[in-house]
Amino acid sequence: MSDVIVVGAGVVGAACAYYAARAGLDVTVVDRGPVAGGTTGAGEGNVLVSDKEPGPELDLALLSNGLWRELAETRGGFEFEPKGGLVVAETGEIQAQLTGLAGKQGVEHRIVAPTALRELEPHLADGLAGGVFYPQDAQVQPMLAAARLLRHGADSYGHGTVRLRLGVTVTGFIRSGDRVTGVRTDKGDLLGGAVVNAAGTWGGEIAALAGAALPVLPRRGFILVTEPLAEPLIRHKVYTAAYVTNVASDSAALETSAVVEGTQAGTVLIGASRERVGFDRTTSVPVLARLAEQAVALFPALRGVRVIRSYCGFRPYCPDHLPVIGADPRAPGLYHACGHEGAGIGLAPATEHLLAQLLTGREPDLDLHPFRPDRFPEEPR
Amino acid sequence: MTYDLMTYDLVVIGGGAAGVAGALSAAQRGLRVALIDSGARLGGQYFRHPAVPPHPATSGLDRFVRQTRALSERAELLLGHQVWSVSREPGGDLTVHCVTTPGDGSGERPVEVRGRRLLLATGAHDRPLPFPGWDLPGVLTAGGAQALLKGNGVVAGQRVVVAGTGPFLLPVAAGLAAAGARVLGVHEANGGLGLARHPVLALAKAGEAASYALSLARHRVPYRPRTAVLAAHGGDRLEAVTVARLDRDWNVLSTRRVACDTLATGYGFTPQTDLGVQLGCDTRRDADGSPVLAVDDRQRTGVPGVWAAGEPTGVGGWRLAELEGRLAGLAAADDAGLAAAGESAAREAGAALPEVLVRRRDRMRAFARALLEAYPVKDGWQGWLRDDTLVCRCEEVPLSRLREAQDLGATDARSIKLLARPGMGWCQGRICGYPVACLAGEEPAPPRRPVVQPITLAALAEDLSAEPPTGGPS
Repeated sequence: MSDVIVVGAGVVGAACAYYAARAGLDVTVVDRGPVAGGTTGAGEGNVLVSDKEPGPELDLALLSNGLWRELAETRGGFEFEPKGGLVVAETGEIQAQLTGLAGKQGVEHRIVAPTALRELEPHLADGLAGGVFYPQDAQVQPMLAAARLLRHGADSYGHGTVRLRLGVTVTGFIRSGDRVTGVRTDKGDLLGGAVVNAAGTWGGEIAALAGAALPVLPRRGFILVTEPLAEPLIRHKVYTAAYVTNVASDSAALETSAVVEGTQAGTVLIGASRERVGFDRTTSVPVLARLAEQAVALFPALRGVRVIRSYCGFRPYCPDHLPVIGADPRAPGLYHACGHEGAGIGLAPATEHLLAQLLTGREPDLDLHPFRPDRFPEEPR
Repeated sequence: MTYDLMTYDLVVIGGGAAGVAGALSAAQRGLRVALIDSGARLGGQYFRHPAVPPHPATSGLDRFVRQTRALSERAELLLGHQVWSVSREPGGDLTVHCVTTPGDGSGERPVEVRGRRLLLATGAHDRPLPFPGWDLPGVLTAGGAQALLKGNGVVAGQRVVVAGTGPFLLPVAAGLAAAGARVLGVHEANGGLGLARHPVLALAKAGEAASYALSLARHRVPYRPRTAVLAAHGGDRLEAVTVARLDRDWNVLSTRRVACDTLATGYGFTPQTDLGVQLGCDTRRDADGSPVLAVDDRQRTGVPGVWAAGEPTGVGGWRLAELEGRLAGLAAADDAGLAAAGESAAREAGAALPEVLVRRRDRMRAFARALLEAYPVKDGWQGWLRDDTLVCRCEEVPLSRLREAQDLGATDARSIKLLARPGMGWCQGRICGYPVACLAGEEPAPPRRPVVQPITLAALAEDLSAEPPTGGPS
């Protein structure tokens, strides 16, 4: 019997285990696969504040950004890189919009004139209209981050223990009256004081097992990975303004924007595409070609660099683009921490810091009301 | 973008024994055929075009050269084209995405080849196992040593040790010895009696094996079963190897050091199935646990319009590959004839393939299977590794990092890759995929490589010919 059962060993579940253990709770993490086998293992490791509109998600991102820094200093082992993000504008009009957004966000930033762009990124293309630099944007190696948080959670807190049950599939919930008191799995029942749904893109399926509707849908993205470069060509996370509008868009059709950055392994990661096509893994050559086209338009020096692989993943998308965090009034004892779309890595620590406060009966540092699980209109049945 | 407006009746990928025979059979039946190969010449791994006349002669080479001559008059040959992806068009046609680098200095450019049907004849690559020192200059794969010899007439070294398992070690050693290298020994990790012990092997292969044995004896090359090279030593390059006597499970009984400048090592072959996997073809486990493309009697994969022949359907050597290629070419031609005649009902059954070919293929498949069973890779090799032995050379991942990843919760080969990076480099796990799977305690998974060959961003960007399909909400 654990105090908390966490469903999902991605970065959100790992952070949940870490912060719950830190709060003195015993945690069991179950996942049908390995650590970081789902969307965590298919991302770039973004820890971004630059791409969020002012509002609850930005507040969450700022809190999380500080927590990632703290984790990197006190724990480490997951390639935290406080590299900063540069958003570039193709036209003067877009630059004006970027500047306006930066003013509203209240996030540390610097407006970059067209002539100063190359001081930040020497290989940027000609003819750009400027940009905004966000020094707080950072990157982690997401798989290592999940694995290390689980390990730190298990090793560091005398009171709380973290148990990891991998290759175990949750098949249902154990109820006592209305109350959720554990999960049924293909390897037996697990009892717990509370159950946290950290199943990411599959969070809707877990919620459905408890009879609670949660509209989390997959939003597919492809990433290109280049050969490792001897000398880093790209210093920051660099993306075009279209990324911000695409993230916030509701369209199911394909949208792409250039997102380019180097990694500690020497490779360059190139995104980002968004489309809602279910869990279809079939590689789309036109999407890969479009990503390449946008990347070389932004960094002509990449033209001769080779792509050596690509991968795809499924962002957990909610209709209002906000994650689901908090207790589910429809199933007492069940908590959700999923639906972070493309920002799960960045938002994981804050999400779970707040949830751990909730689980231990304290007032969360941020108002969780905007993230409540029952905020979606009921689907007509 | 080069747009070949032609839609071929059959596009063949791979210009080795299977691909050439398949393309020729289909072309002789009147199909419009294109054959794509990454090499500058046809031949694949086995019939690598020789720079000097091979000695001992590559068996079957005359016949292959005749086939390529006949084929060049009847089909489009796209040599020097690397295929990086195959996609399905909305109308059902298949588009093969390649890159090629013309000699005019203009750089790599994309080429798309469209076909109604596709024959995958992509061969296999060497399967080395890691051991301490295997990344030293002077250590080659057995296939690599033979390729140098066949392709360039280059003898890999003066004092050569050949080690690994399987009958392929014999021609490699014989070829090197005949070309003037001093082959200090052939170390077969298995019993080595497999050939004689297996009745089916003894009958079918006796002639060829005997000729290699004769050649080795003539050059005084010792053949030592139940021995292996455990480690390679040297500063800048190979100076010596540790040779061990093994038990049945490849555990070490005793060791000795042998001075040499070259080691050729190979533990079988890994079939190249990535394009088939990309297209969604079903796979099955071969006798050695390798994932191979599942085909029916007519060499058809489970995906409509896609055939496979040769090593991707199970490692079996050039003779079997050629037969499978011929059958696939005939089956594809039947399919085209039936399609033209509109006999959709008859299409499923297809016309009968020549009984004489079918029976020989089936017999050779049984032989190939028996060979794989006679020369397995035993788990004992994992004990040869040290903590600092590189398992993945592209990303320089030592064994200790794999173990660390497992300790952190990586329960399978894929998550080991995500945490420790083996298989994320240039070769995308072609070399380390097999050992990493073994070390993870599983059979190798079908390779998932959406980008099968490296492609420059410029060439990939130019591939934008069609508008991307827009997905609907789901």
